Amino acid sequence: MREIFVVVERSKDGFDESALELLTAARGLGEATVSAVLMGADVADLASEAAQWFDSVYVFDDPALAQPDGDLQSRILAPLIDREKPLVTLVPHTNTGLELTPMLSVRAGTPLIADAMAIESCAAGDCEAGVECIRAVRAVFGGKVQARVSAIPAENGVMISVRPGAYAPADTAPGTGGVVHSETIPEGVAPRRQYVETVAPDPGAVDISQAEVLVAIGRGIEDEENLDDLRSLADAMGAEVACTRPVVDKKWLEKTRQVGTSGVTVKPRVYLALGISGSFQHLGGVKGDPFIAAINTDPSAPIFGVADVGIVGDILDLIPLLEEKIRERRS
Amino acid sequence: MEIIVCIRRVPDLSEAEIEIGRDGVSLDDDDLDYDVNEWDNFAIEAAVQLKEEHGGRVTAMTVGDEESEDVLRRALAMGADEAVHLMDDAFDGSDALGTATILQRAIADRPYDLILTGAISGDQARGHVGPMLAAMLDIPMVALATELSVEGGTATVQHEVEGGLERITRMVLPALVTAQTGLNEPRYVSIRGIRKVSGMEIPVQEAGDLDLDGSQVGVAASAVTVEEIFLPPRGGGAEMLEGSEETVVQKLVERLQQEGAF
Repeated sequence: MREIFVVVERSKDGFDESALELLTAARGLGEATVSAVLMGADVADLASEAAQWFDSVYVFDDPALAQPDGDLQSRILAPLIDREKPLVTLVPHTNTGLELTPMLSVRAGTPLIADAMAIESCAAGDCEAGVECIRAVRAVFGGKVQARVSAIPAENGVMISVRPGAYAPADTAPGTGGVVHSETIPEGVAPRRQYVETVAPDPGAVDISQAEVLVAIGRGIEDEENLDDLRSLADAMGAEVACTRPVVDKKWLEKTRQVGTSGVTVKPRVYLALGISGSFQHLGGVKGDPFIAAINTDPSAPIFGVADVGIVGDILDLIPLLEEKIRERRS
Repeated sequence: MEIIVCIRRVPDLSEAEIEIGRDGVSLDDDDLDYDVNEWDNFAIEAAVQLKEEHGGRVTAMTVGDEESEDVLRRALAMGADEAVHLMDDAFDGSDALGTATILQRAIADRPYDLILTGAISGDQARGHVGPMLAAMLDIPMVALATELSVEGGTATVQHEVEGGLERITRMVLPALVTAQTGLNEPRYVSIRGIRKVSGMEIPVQEAGDLDLDGSQVGVAASAVTVEEIFLPPRGGGAEMLEGSEETVVQKLVERLQQEGAF
């Protein structure tokens, strides 16, 4: 039987929700044994939990795996893939996945498709290749363009990193408990990275994760001095100020105000996106299906694909006008 | 310290009108502006800063066509000591694995302590070349660095992990680090600065020099095939407010009030 691997990432409270999203993606690839691959320290309980969902679980439970280390993980998983020869290996396209998948694909000798938003199996005979191939849709050029790509499985299959949130998490477990295979780190494979510490944001800093209304700005703010108008608008609305990564890179706003996959996850009721193009890295941090209003000079900005209402225009002109009208209504 | 920084020339699409080319798999690039990949610029700056602190040599490398020489000149102007241009028709259409293979061949016989690359590129956005290169050279790596220092043959890297957290990791050199934006403040490159390095020789290495042929790199060796590129469906999409500035803002304010934004 064909086998599909799902590399399970851990979160604070168990396995990351991407695991069940990838399970959905795996089920869409046709009849197959879907196996979870789990690495960590003291993860026996987690392995049992994963066995409720997956047909089988390969678990590496070792103190050396307490912290994610893409270098070590890739040297551990390559021999497993070489032994089991899954048709497809799915990995969440997270920061950890970004380290793991390229190294693992080199070590296991598989083609690699990055950051897939949709994947499908194309049966032998259905296309020119004449053999079963795996196709995926992914975003390129900052999300302004999408590409349909394909790869023919090598002896050790195909590896795909899947965008978090691209698939709904599976909500039905197969019912029968899966088999748990205890694996050990191959001889001679030792960590080459030393974990020092995790740096958490300053606890005294602003917490935008609980804000009901957010006024967020991106590159369109152009200059630090334009932030005053923005603060004044947020003040008029009783909203918190949030931003995208480039604004933090320029050190115009604190990191604790950055919304996105590498920043804070927010779940406001209303999200006003000003001069924000709407990259997946940014929108990945906006949860809870808020009302999104967007203003951007570029009519093809991806933000307009997800916003509820949009205006094509220059925020530098519109922010003061917006503030004025809001203050009028409030008085 | 010997530092190698791998960079690439990419189109800047932030303001561009995008049109799909006739071949269906690439952009119509007539009106596109090109520049060094944003992430790579931070990698160059980090390399130059480390050299300024510790001494040594920075070598910039790129895989690309004749016009890619621009980004190498730019790296030289920022303070790189030498540049190597990996250019051959056989390299055209290489996927990430092909590009990493070319770099690996060019680097393998040189001395190096640290290799720096951008974490991802603004065009293909795969983030594959750096980690693939590390695996091929069998050296440890860390992705998405936001701080980087080197002391006594060990690199200390602060890097982004999930949930808005960052982690500090140490590696004994040689190692590879990919730069996240914000790692430093890349220095300004003036036209005068570029002119100053215009006389510097940039050696070109071709497939033959690296013992490579079309079976290992280029389109034919690419394991992932781009079948087509297309503009994303605008499905659903925003209700666009139209009219004068006054009108659109008035409409927006009404909608925001309905939604309880203030």
